[in-house]
Amino acid sequence: MDVKKTFIVLLVLFSAIFICGCTGTDSDTATPAATATETTAATAAGTAAPEGTTTAANPELLKIATTTSLDNTGLLEALQERFEENHDVTLQIIAAGTGKALEYGQRGDVDVLMVHDRAREDTFIDEGYGINRRGIAYNYFMIVGPESDPAGIAGMTPEDALTTIYETAPTNADVVFISRGDNSGTHSKEKSIWTSAGYNYTADVEGVGDWYVEGGQGMGATLTHANEKLAYTLSDSGTYLSYKTDLDLVPLVDEGDSLLNVYSAMMINPEMYDYVNSDMAREWINFLITPETQEFIGEFGVDTYGQPLFFESLGNYEVMGISQAEAEDPIPA
Amino acid sequence: MTLNPEVYEIAFRSIYITFTATLIASVISIPLALYLAFHDFRGKTSIVNLIHTLYALPTVLIGLLVFLMLSRQGPLGFLGLLFTPAGMIIGQVILVIPILVGLTYSAVTSLDPIVKDTIISLGADYMQFLVSILREVRFVIYAAIAMAFGRAISEVGAAIIIGGNIKGFTRILTTAISLETSMGNIELSMALGIILLFIALIVNFVMTSIRRGD
Repeated sequence: MDVKKTFIVLLVLFSAIFICGCTGTDSDTATPAATATETTAATAAGTAAPEGTTTAANPELLKIATTTSLDNTGLLEALQERFEENHDVTLQIIAAGTGKALEYGQRGDVDVLMVHDRAREDTFIDEGYGINRRGIAYNYFMIVGPESDPAGIAGMTPEDALTTIYETAPTNADVVFISRGDNSGTHSKEKSIWTSAGYNYTADVEGVGDWYVEGGQGMGATLTHANEKLAYTLSDSGTYLSYKTDLDLVPLVDEGDSLLNVYSAMMINPEMYDYVNSDMAREWINFLITPETQEFIGEFGVDTYGQPLFFESLGNYEVMGISQAEAEDPIPA
Repeated sequence: MTLNPEVYEIAFRSIYITFTATLIASVISIPLALYLAFHDFRGKTSIVNLIHTLYALPTVLIGLLVFLMLSRQGPLGFLGLLFTPAGMIIGQVILVIPILVGLTYSAVTSLDPIVKDTIISLGADYMQFLVSILREVRFVIYAAIAMAFGRAISEVGAAIIIGGNIKGFTRILTTAISLETSMGNIELSMALGIILLFIALIVNFVMTSIRRGD
């Protein structure tokens, strides 16, 4: 029957696609031509094969594990475009919380980390997994919440604000706090504020009541969640600003030394994992701290959101609490 | 919205990964089901029960296991397949093998014994026998393949853990929907969701047409 023949033809076609895929799994999406946009099912399948066979070497890949805030704001995508213009490389960006990113790094599954949790970064570096950390940008955390502010925390220090939420929530059903609850850098920061407010996070805070919600999602999703519940949450200012138009939440606490948020990039130590792409990793990090990129980071989002989402680290190492070398010195080859 | 080239690229990648996975899984599963159906050995009942249980294999669990296998520190880490489409294909193959084996096995074993006897009495050799049996149960196999395809293309848990949702490389419809929803881009999520549904409908339509035309 004709239909049977069609079926066989389809089967052969799929096999062909599969075989192309075997030779070109890396090349079919990594080559600039294939990532270009004219992709329809047929042409992509057709072009994947010749490329896979004619180009001897695949274009270089650089795997970057990043905190969600750098990705959700669109900054990383903008930087990626600028970097790929001048380098024969495809960046593969895996957005995960800082905790997961560090785990990927520790297992040697990525080449570069872009994270924001100084304490855990220090441990990571001390254990020999990370090298050549550079501070690339900073901004501040803020506690955001509904404009009605049922717990009345506006203008408090972050520690007092969390204490007030903790004390009013059991008697006021409108007071809800949504935590990232995912071991991300933001979650770490939240824990450290609880600690400096005098609470034992695991004993006093985690699972304390219905008002303390562990959302378990990225920054953007957590803000959306908090918005639905009219709840408080801790956010970095960059993600908050980039989501602001869709949110009814307002910043209530945005001043306090503990709210500093420093973003760093670092390489995975090639002595730990000899296959990591350290040359391109170094180029990427050095690209991030050039004056041109720094200026771009400091201006990113101004035209859309009216203010920068991140501040440049260039010239701000004292504010960030890091050494001048860590902010400005390119990594030597 | 649907004219966005990135949307096409993501949709094509979804189809490509799931087709490949379904194809590989079929090639593995159908002989396996035949073997199970015509050979008796100790523990066979347990294996069949296990396969039926694995219909409900949680996708995130597959994601986790494949992640551990493919991570550089894992036994297959040297292949460098973590965060690649090939890794995602492996995850989906594992996901749908139980469905394909289980349904094919059930169909073959529930065939009327008279059919088998007739095939043998007509003087078929072993290969001819197997081919004839497969022909008898082909509708069930088509349906099983369609079902496997549907389960694989709609899963998100394994895809996000194994693939990492890398833009332009391992981002597929389901992981893109998950990301775009979390970023508040509801319209784009809806558009992607409609495409996903559309693909499922087409697969079902193709399978139904094959059955009708047969």
